Amino acid sequence: METMMGLINLEHEHDFLNELTYFRCGAAVPFGGRFRMIDFTLSNMAKSNIQEVAIFTRNKYRSLMDHLGSGADWDLDRRHGGLFILPPDWNDPTDISKGDLKYFHNNLDYFERGKSDYVLISGSQFISNTVYDKMFQHHLDRNADVTILTTTYETLHSEHNACIKVVQDEDGWVTCLNNDTENAHIFTGVYILRKSLLLDLVKDCIANHKSHFFLDGIKANLERLNIQTYRYEGYSAIVNSVESYYRQNMALLDTNAYKKLFFDSTPIMTKVGNQPPTKYRGTSIVTKSLIATGCVIDGSVENSILFRGVHVGEGASVKNSIIMQRCKIEPGVHLENVILDKDVSISKEQILKGAKEQPYIIAKRTII
Amino acid sequence: MKKECVTMLLAGGAGTRLGALTQNLAKPAVPFGGRYRIIDFALSNCLNSHMFTVGVLTQYSPLELHKHIGVGKPWDLDRMHDGLTTLSPFTEHTGGNWYLGTADAITKNRTYIEGYDPDYLLVISGDHIYHMDYDKLLRHHKKTQADVTISVLEVPWKETSRFGILNTTDDLRIYDFEEKPLHAKSNLASMGIYIFNWNVLKDYLEKDATDPDSDHDFGKNILPAMLADNLRLYAYRFEGYWKDVGTIESYWEAHMDLLAEDLERFLNNNEWRTYSHDSNFPPQLIDEHAVVHQSLVNNGCIVSGTLDHSILFENVQVGKGATIKQSILHPGVRVGKNVYLERVIAKEDVVIPDNTTLIASDDQEPIVLSIENQKKMMNA
Repeated sequence: METMMGLINLEHEHDFLNELTYFRCGAAVPFGGRFRMIDFTLSNMAKSNIQEVAIFTRNKYRSLMDHLGSGADWDLDRRHGGLFILPPDWNDPTDISKGDLKYFHNNLDYFERGKSDYVLISGSQFISNTVYDKMFQHHLDRNADVTILTTTYETLHSEHNACIKVVQDEDGWVTCLNNDTENAHIFTGVYILRKSLLLDLVKDCIANHKSHFFLDGIKANLERLNIQTYRYEGYSAIVNSVESYYRQNMALLDTNAYKKLFFDSTPIMTKVGNQPPTKYRGTSIVTKSLIATGCVIDGSVENSILFRGVHVGEGASVKNSIIMQRCKIEPGVHLENVILDKDVSISKEQILKGAKEQPYIIAKRTII
Repeated sequence: MKKECVTMLLAGGAGTRLGALTQNLAKPAVPFGGRYRIIDFALSNCLNSHMFTVGVLTQYSPLELHKHIGVGKPWDLDRMHDGLTTLSPFTEHTGGNWYLGTADAITKNRTYIEGYDPDYLLVISGDHIYHMDYDKLLRHHKKTQADVTISVLEVPWKETSRFGILNTTDDLRIYDFEEKPLHAKSNLASMGIYIFNWNVLKDYLEKDATDPDSDHDFGKNILPAMLADNLRLYAYRFEGYWKDVGTIESYWEAHMDLLAEDLERFLNNNEWRTYSHDSNFPPQLIDEHAVVHQSLVNNGCIVSGTLDHSILFENVQVGKGATIKQSILHPGVRVGKNVYLERVIAKEDVVIPDNTTLIASDDQEPIVLSIENQKKMMNA
C-alpha cells in the first residue's frame, strides 16, 4: 500500500497575530476554546494513517514543543516514524540554500530515510476536520505530479487576499495559480507529491538560488508539472490575521458551524489538560458561548469563548470576547470585544472594550 | 526490583446494589462526576501519593474497566519497572478458580507481590470517592510500628449501624471490631483501606487459604484473626470527603454533593487533581436558548435547554425547551425537545424522545434509565 509522510511547514507563517504571536509561533496560538492552530492539521494527518510527521519551525517554538511533546496525544509517539520537530539546526558550511529550502537541504537524510514514497505538505492556517485518504487516492488515480487541496467560499474576506487562487480545466488540471482577488477558488496550502519529485525540485531550486519551495519549485514549473486539484467540501476557515482569527473563532458559536467542524468527522486531537467539568454557579447567565472544562462561572458570558480554567466572578460580564486559559475575571468587570491571552487577571470593576472589527488584545500574564 | 510498598487495588466487585448502573459494568468503571469513572479517584490518589507499584484486581464484567485503565497512562502508571498491572483470575497447572474474597484475591497474586519484595502492602478499593495521601498513611504506619493500620473516618453516631466500626484505645490502638453494630461504642468507621507489614500478612493469608470455613475476607477473617493474636492494629484518622457510592441513592447524592458550595474545590483542585481519559471532544456549546445554573458540564455537550443542579458528562445534547433538574446524564445521552427530567440518571447513549416527562419524587429512588429498560420506564 502506498503511504504518505507529513510535513507541516511553518516557515511562511511568522508573527501574524500581533500580541498573540509575541511569545509563540502562529501554529501554537490557542483556537476554538481548547485547541491550538496546529491541532487541526496534525489531527488530519494522524487520522489519514500518516505515521511520521515533520515540522519546520524557525523561532518562538518553545510553546509549540511544549504542546506537542512526544506526539502521544495524536498517537504519534511511534517506534517507527512519529513526530519530528526540525528547528534550524544547520551546520553545513557548504550550504548555499535559502528560505524554506534550507530546511529541506539540512534534512535531506530525514526524507531519504522515510519509508513513504509520498509527502503531504501543509501549513497550520487552514482550519478543517478531514481525512486526506480520498485526496491521496485521487492523486494516485489521476497519476498527477502534484495534487493541491482547494476549496471555495461564498463570501471572500480579507484573509483570502493572501491565498493563492486556482484556475483549472474541466478535468481538474491546474492552468493558472495567481492572486486574483475575484477568484473564490482557493488553494488551502495542502498538497501531495511524490517524495522523489520533491527532492528533485528542491535540488533544482537550490542550484538556481531560489528561496520558496512552493512558488519557485511548483508554481514556477506549472508548464512542466501536471498539477491536479482536489476539492474540499467540508467546513473550513483560513486564519492569517487578527481579524480573521477573531471572526473565525466567533463563527463557531453558530451551532451548525460548530457541528460541521467538530462532529462531521472524528474528534480533533489536542494536548489533554485533565480539568474537571465546568461549574456553573447559581448566579451564572451564559448564552451562545463555547466553554472549555475547568471554568467556574458566577457572572454572565455572552457570545464568547472561554478556554480551560477561566474564572468569571459574580456580576462580571463577558461579551463578544475570547478568554484564554486560566484568566481570572474578578467581580464587576465588564469585557467587550477583547481577546485575553493566557493567565491574564482583570481586577474588580475594570471595563475593557475593543472595536467590533478589531478586538482589543491583552498579552499573556498581564494584570489589569 | 525491590519496592518498599506495593498497592493492591480491589476492583472486582459486582456492586449489585447499584442495580441497572452495574448491569454490564464493574462498579469501579461506573461514570462519576461529569468526566470520571469511580476508579479514577483511587488511581489518582496513587499518582498524587507517589504509589507507583499498583496491581488492579478485576473480575466482574471487566471489559470497560480494562479498556479504561489500559496500561495506566492517564495516571502516569505506564512505567518501565513497575506501574500498573491488571490482575485477573487465571488458571495454572493445578487448575484455577475465581477470586473467592478480598483476601483470596491477594493470596492468588502472591507471585506478583513477591516480585517486588515489599515491606508493606497497601490494600485499597476502587469503589470510593475521596482524596487521600497514602504516603501519609504509610508514614503513620511506620511511626506507630503497627502490624496493620486501618484508615478510619468519623461518621455520625446515627449512621454507625451501616459501617464496620472499630473500637480503639485513646492512642488509636484497635481492640475490637463490630460489623454494623446496633449500639456502637465508637463512631470510627473502617474505610476499607489497610496497610499491612507484608511478612506478617503473608502467614495469615497462608493459614486462611487452607481454612475451608473461611470467607477469605479481610474484614471477616484476616483482621479478626490478627486481633485475636494480639497484633498491633492501629487506626489512622482520615479527614476530608469520603463517599461510598454503593447504592443508586448514594450515587445520586454524591453528585449533588459535588454541586454544593463546600465541595467546590473537590474536583477543581490543582494540588490534588483527578485524572481520567479524554476523548478530545470540543468545548461545550451553550446556545442562545439555554439557561444553566448550579451544574457541571463537560466537553462536547450542546445545551439548548435549561439545566438546574445537574451533571452532564461528555457529548450530551439537550434540546430546546427541555428542563433537566437534579439529574445525571452519562456520555452520549440525547435529550429531545420539551423533555422534563427530575432526579433521573440516564446511562450512556440513552436517547430520550421529545416531550417525555420523567420524575422521581423525593421519597423515591432516582430513576435509572438505560437502553435496556428505557421502553418499560417510558410507558410507566
